[in-house]
Amino acid sequence: MKLEASKLRVELQRRDVLKGVELSAEPGEVTAVLGANGAGKTTLLRALAGLIAATAGEVRLDGRALGAWSRAHLARNLAYLPQERTVHWALTARNVVALGRLPHQTMGQRETATDRAAIERAIAAMDIAPLAGRPVLAMSGGEQARVLLARALAQEPRVLIADEPAAGLDPAHQLALFHHLAAFAASGRTVLVALHDLSLAARFCHKIVLLIAGRVLAAGPPAAVLTPAHLASAYSIRAEYRTIDGIPAVLALDVLP
Amino acid sequence: MTAASREAPPVAVFAGLSALALIAFALSLAIGPSGFGWPHAGEAGRLIFWEIRLPRAVLGALVGASLGVAGAALQGYLRNPLAEPTLLGVSGGAALGAVLAIHLGLTQTLSLALPIGGLLGAAAALLAVAALAGLRGGPLTLILAGLAVSATATALISLALNLSRNPFASIEMVFWMMGSLSDRSLIQVWLGAPLMLAGMAVLLLVGRALDALTLGEDAALSLGIDAHRTRRNIIVGVALSVGAATAITGVIGFVGLLVPHALRPAIGHRPGLLLPASLVGGAALVLLADIALRLLEPWADVRIGVLTALFGAPFFFWLVLKTRSELAP
Repeated sequence: MKLEASKLRVELQRRDVLKGVELSAEPGEVTAVLGANGAGKTTLLRALAGLIAATAGEVRLDGRALGAWSRAHLARNLAYLPQERTVHWALTARNVVALGRLPHQTMGQRETATDRAAIERAIAAMDIAPLAGRPVLAMSGGEQARVLLARALAQEPRVLIADEPAAGLDPAHQLALFHHLAAFAASGRTVLVALHDLSLAARFCHKIVLLIAGRVLAAGPPAAVLTPAHLASAYSIRAEYRTIDGIPAVLALDVLP
Repeated sequence: MTAASREAPPVAVFAGLSALALIAFALSLAIGPSGFGWPHAGEAGRLIFWEIRLPRAVLGALVGASLGVAGAALQGYLRNPLAEPTLLGVSGGAALGAVLAIHLGLTQTLSLALPIGGLLGAAAALLAVAALAGLRGGPLTLILAGLAVSATATALISLALNLSRNPFASIEMVFWMMGSLSDRSLIQVWLGAPLMLAGMAVLLLVGRALDALTLGEDAALSLGIDAHRTRRNIIVGVALSVGAATAITGVIGFVGLLVPHALRPAIGHRPGLLLPASLVGGAALVLLADIALRLLEPWADVRIGVLTALFGAPFFFWLVLKTRSELAP
């Protein structure tokens, strides 16, 4: 399913956070939203997930305006992983992952075999089987991040929107997570992430949307977007785009005066 | 993932709770000043059973269930283990309504003045909370609106006590507020039962939403939960069940706080499952507390609200110690 925004404007508490954003995230691709703190990444993701209303412009999923989707129907097709790792009660990892099946169940329904299979696939994908019986509140930040992403995967969405899914993960789990997101996209799903790690973005994302103060500075393939000039404008940094053993990486060298 | 690491469905917990509640209900029918056993001999026995023990047992079960499920619903919705049914201000409104009925002397002319006054007070409190907090908005406005209404009700109750010229009326007000299941007729049960049952049914509908809210409001919305409907069901469900319970029996504290707290670990901390568990657990607790009062009665006529407070307060001591040990380095 294709997810698009056109002329998207969002005003939050009388402040223009998004000032006319154009974006399209294609099935089969990982699209990254980049930008400095406060550039509007989270607001863009929330608007694309239908959690906040557009002040002007439109978000379309599969060619239909997001407002035309019922909440229940939307939830069976689109999963949203917030940046905050919130789990309010001492649920086990398994029970948290199982929450991803809520949109597929009717009230009072017990887990079906389909539900269980989806839950176990998500648990295996995020490599959290040994944690499944443990309460999430007692886990490290990185473990929580994997459990919560597994929850979103268990939802089996056609579109996955994840806000900073790799924050707080060690390098091995960051790489494993992005390999998995890439594979998830390769199976025909649309993946949209907000990121701060420029190298992960350069390596794993097909398309990058670089935001600056609520506007799109540049959008396109990583090599075209992550140029020193763009990075200087967006982050005020001196940075270089390099290729090491055929793998792209972006080095942030200095803060510009 | 292996089957062993998956939790067993909490059938055993529900079976145990149900058995406990059923035993308590049967005991409640069997225990009283006229002796142990189900009275059946003669007109007096029949009267004792139908007019005294049955209303008391049914009311105990309904009120306990209402308080238990309402506590679990509010704790889940506010995601705060210290939330309790009185928080919404509806029980304060019910108490004020009943106190006013006594103050205005209506209880002397109309036998159902107390429960009807209580119901009207609860309804007024519900309207005030709904108008203040709105049916949209977040949990914080709901807590604030509930506090505002509660504080107003408490102030007006104090005023009624203050201005009361009749010491007997003052004592009646104070005793009514301590809560009691005794001397309630079947008519009062018929008056409150439909409201309590409707309220509980509405609250049982929010289980899925409460489960989803475990992950925060954004994640819950993205899981397809209707935030406005959830909030409306919580407000209406708590108001119906707790408002009616308080109107008929007076204020019985701590049940709605304690029962969800005690049962949470047993059902794997899942707020949706906690609703039915607390419903059954609340019924069992109030029935057992009421039985204890009847056994105590030859020595001391203790009110049920006083008993639950006496046993509920140490719970906070335990909570402080537990929190301290959890926070200790």
